[in-house]
Amino acid sequence: MTDTVAAAQAHPEAPQPFAELGLKPDEYERIREILGRRPTSSELAMYSVMWSEHCSYKSSKVHLRQFGEKAPKTDALLVGIGENAGVVDIGDGWAVTFKVESHNHPSYVEPYQGAATGVGGIVRDIISMGARPLAVMDPLRFGPLDAPDTRRVLPGIVSGIGGYGNCLGLPNIGGEVVFDPTYLGNPLVNALCVGSMRHEDIHLASAKGVGNLVVLYGARTGGDGIGGVSVLASETFDADGPAKRPSVQVGDPFMEKLLIEATLEVLHAGLVEGIQDLGGAGISCATSELASNGDGGMHVWLDRVLLRDKTLSPEEILMSESQERMCAIVTPAKLDEFMSLIKKWDVEAVVIGEVNASGRLTVDWHGEQIVDVPPRSVAHDGPIYERPFHRPSWQDALQADTPDSLPRPTDGEQLRATLINLIGAPNLASKAWITDQYDRYVLGNTVLAQPEDAGMIRVDETTGRGVAISTDCNGRYAKLDPYNGARLALAESYRNVSVAGAKPLAVTNCLNFGSPEDPEVMWQFSEACRGLADGCLELGVPVTGGNVSFYNQTGDTAILPTPVVGVLAVIDNVDKRTPMAWSAEGQVVYVLGDTRDEFAGSEWAHHVHGHLGGLPPVVDLQRERVLSEVLVTASSAGIVAAAHDISDGGIAITLTEMAMKSGIGVKAAVPADLDPFVFCFAESTGRAIAVVTPAHEAAFVASCAAAGLPATRLGETGGDAVEITGQFSAPIVELRRSHEATIPAIFAN
Amino acid sequence: MSARIGVVTFPGTLDDRDAARAVRIAGGEPVELWHGDDDIKGVDAVILPGGFSYGDYLRCGAISRFAPVMNSIIDGAKGGLPVLGICNGFQILVESHLLPGALMRNESRHFICRDQKLRIENADSMWTRDYFTNQEIVVPLKNGEGNYFADPSTLDMLEGEGRVVARYLDVNPNGSARDIAGIRNERGNVVGLMPHPEHAVESLTGPTTEGLPFFTSVLTSLVSA
Repeated sequence: MTDTVAAAQAHPEAPQPFAELGLKPDEYERIREILGRRPTSSELAMYSVMWSEHCSYKSSKVHLRQFGEKAPKTDALLVGIGENAGVVDIGDGWAVTFKVESHNHPSYVEPYQGAATGVGGIVRDIISMGARPLAVMDPLRFGPLDAPDTRRVLPGIVSGIGGYGNCLGLPNIGGEVVFDPTYLGNPLVNALCVGSMRHEDIHLASAKGVGNLVVLYGARTGGDGIGGVSVLASETFDADGPAKRPSVQVGDPFMEKLLIEATLEVLHAGLVEGIQDLGGAGISCATSELASNGDGGMHVWLDRVLLRDKTLSPEEILMSESQERMCAIVTPAKLDEFMSLIKKWDVEAVVIGEVNASGRLTVDWHGEQIVDVPPRSVAHDGPIYERPFHRPSWQDALQADTPDSLPRPTDGEQLRATLINLIGAPNLASKAWITDQYDRYVLGNTVLAQPEDAGMIRVDETTGRGVAISTDCNGRYAKLDPYNGARLALAESYRNVSVAGAKPLAVTNCLNFGSPEDPEVMWQFSEACRGLADGCLELGVPVTGGNVSFYNQTGDTAILPTPVVGVLAVIDNVDKRTPMAWSAEGQVVYVLGDTRDEFAGSEWAHHVHGHLGGLPPVVDLQRERVLSEVLVTASSAGIVAAAHDISDGGIAITLTEMAMKSGIGVKAAVPADLDPFVFCFAESTGRAIAVVTPAHEAAFVASCAAAGLPATRLGETGGDAVEITGQFSAPIVELRRSHEATIPAIFAN
Repeated sequence: MSARIGVVTFPGTLDDRDAARAVRIAGGEPVELWHGDDDIKGVDAVILPGGFSYGDYLRCGAISRFAPVMNSIIDGAKGGLPVLGICNGFQILVESHLLPGALMRNESRHFICRDQKLRIENADSMWTRDYFTNQEIVVPLKNGEGNYFADPSTLDMLEGEGRVVARYLDVNPNGSARDIAGIRNERGNVVGLMPHPEHAVESLTGPTTEGLPFFTSVLTSLVSA
């Protein structure tokens, strides 16, 4: 029997399974206070899922506020934090929207579908802003490469990302693949999507205009993706009904492709007043957010929702996270035209509700009222926690355990062996086995894709205006020092778009951490947020949105704090981009920036010695800004032939990556003031390799000098080996053999 | 007046914009054709682009083959209308019985995206005449079900009649019989190709521009016809 508002009033003391739904006693009391009665089972379901950590950000909100409070002044931001995705002005009337989200837990449970629906969800966020999706990227993190569970999750996650993204027709242009023991049992699957639109096409999630209609369209609603609400279905109401349903959603990329085309067509035809995708918390989230952002009232006839499974209860329909669904607000006068365009794409649509001035969100089920709530209390006024946090007891000891006493290579032969070893280390090895399963060509606008430093997409085919994006994070640095670890992630991402010749504009983030109930994890989180907010202010790039994923933890072991930072940059003409690799012999190779004896958290310490301790490399954001300005200016002036970020593994790895990409070798000399090992493998930040033709050398060096940026000539391109003068020479074929063997050795059939 | 080349959009077609761009760069006029409409607007040639029409559910191309637009295209092809099927388009041509054989799951069982070296084996078709025989080109390849299969006598017949249009070089990416990347019909107006020449028409976005002659070839063919 359906629990109604009338029944809730008539039987105020009926026991309710709020704890099983994840609500704390005080949260349940607060719901009763808001409503002035006990909630109906449908209301309880809505509150429980909307007030979950995932939807409400209740543990993180107090820290995330800094991104708004410390936001740098900028004219570029058209839509800021709080909408489905931030929107950035890139000039010429173009706007770009981008966001990264996590789908970590579902991908551990069911790798293929978990990863696939992660892509689907972020793409719908981008469409719902009114943008055409342009590309996707996937920062991924796994346990040790050779661990049995990595063999289970990695191929499934990669197939899921490819299976969904390829079928959707979006190029996959970059991301990360990182291995660390702490991700065993907690793989991280983050998904980024970027889309573009004209300024006038920006749409928001709000239900305005009394009498306007609420249209649900896309896939039918089924029983998949219902998490805690199955408790309600099985324990309270119908113990004989269908038992536990799958909690991981199942994706249909074909439907999502139709949804993209149909949605863009109705948006461009001017038929939509407001729009919202259905993701976490399904219809509960979409209706309460639309109503809360609009005129404040909405009525829904829930029995009109088209179902895949007729036995679903109203609570399940409200909570279902079935994929590939959208909700649009349409005026009655435009409804017929809206419906016919949606139908053109063979997509089903139905009017499920109406905007009103009641200030309430009311839901009927076959003529009986089952929900009557203030929408804001569901969508925006959830609980906020000031969770306790403190610096971990082990943090000082970790920082004191420096890598200074680790044995270092002492001669050229040992340096050479270290290079061959590191270039094949799981974190530095070729990821082609993975990325070759993704379509990087579709849509025909991919200018740069992995293994380049940043992905770059042409937005305007006439003018060549485009965007570049990179995502980065070194979780080891963040563990050593979460504040500076977050700033280092920002610095690397900022640098990666800059070396490609694009000007950084805005930031998105995906903050992956352990349990917020652990005060030491919460300290890592608060420090990372503070560091990222301070860093964004210093660099003048605002955070436009992002996502938090907590509880990435097995037992007492949390993952490395992993604040993944994505930087969006603009380039006036993609023809001017700077590739990562040199293109001919006789080009001149420079290192920009300062190299210091910095090995804490480095790939060398990790891979060679299994060591993590000390303080991460010093981060100097003013230097990063100067480096960026020099490289972007040189790119547009056409005086730099190639540039590549120096980060994991140091200069020797950077030069090797460039040589392997181009097929042409390099001869580089160790600067007089540097130890050869430090020169080759230190991970000091604020550095890049820049390559110029002899004709442009003087102009380039002068531009560095004018900016106060140290530029040291290392040597020239040529030959078929990476040669460090007086130390060693490693043939490209041998380096490639090491670089390309690692991943396929584990996964290739 | 430039030739009008129809580009068909099925539900789930992905490379239709790319094919239209390639036609434009080659000097033709792309014309959008819709799967549900049997009117092919009097176009001079048709491209069935890549993608996952109908999600590749059931079997790649098996549902699209019954779309209303295909009735007109099949009739046209039998009358000499130039038709190029790329990737999913090749699968649709095979399902339509305009070309023999079948395309199975890649041998590796993975989707594969790579820059692929090909040899143009036959420069007599309406879509390859701007190449020379044995010309080697590099264009992107991206498919999950591109493993070309036919019985030995059909393969012998294709080889004997010079109907293998392109062959994989260096690496056979999907396990195709006799490294076959593309074939044509007897008359030479219908070509099916697993790799994607439409992604190799601009140096900015493609590994090469060596895919462009597929699109200029048909324009040359139409002028000389």
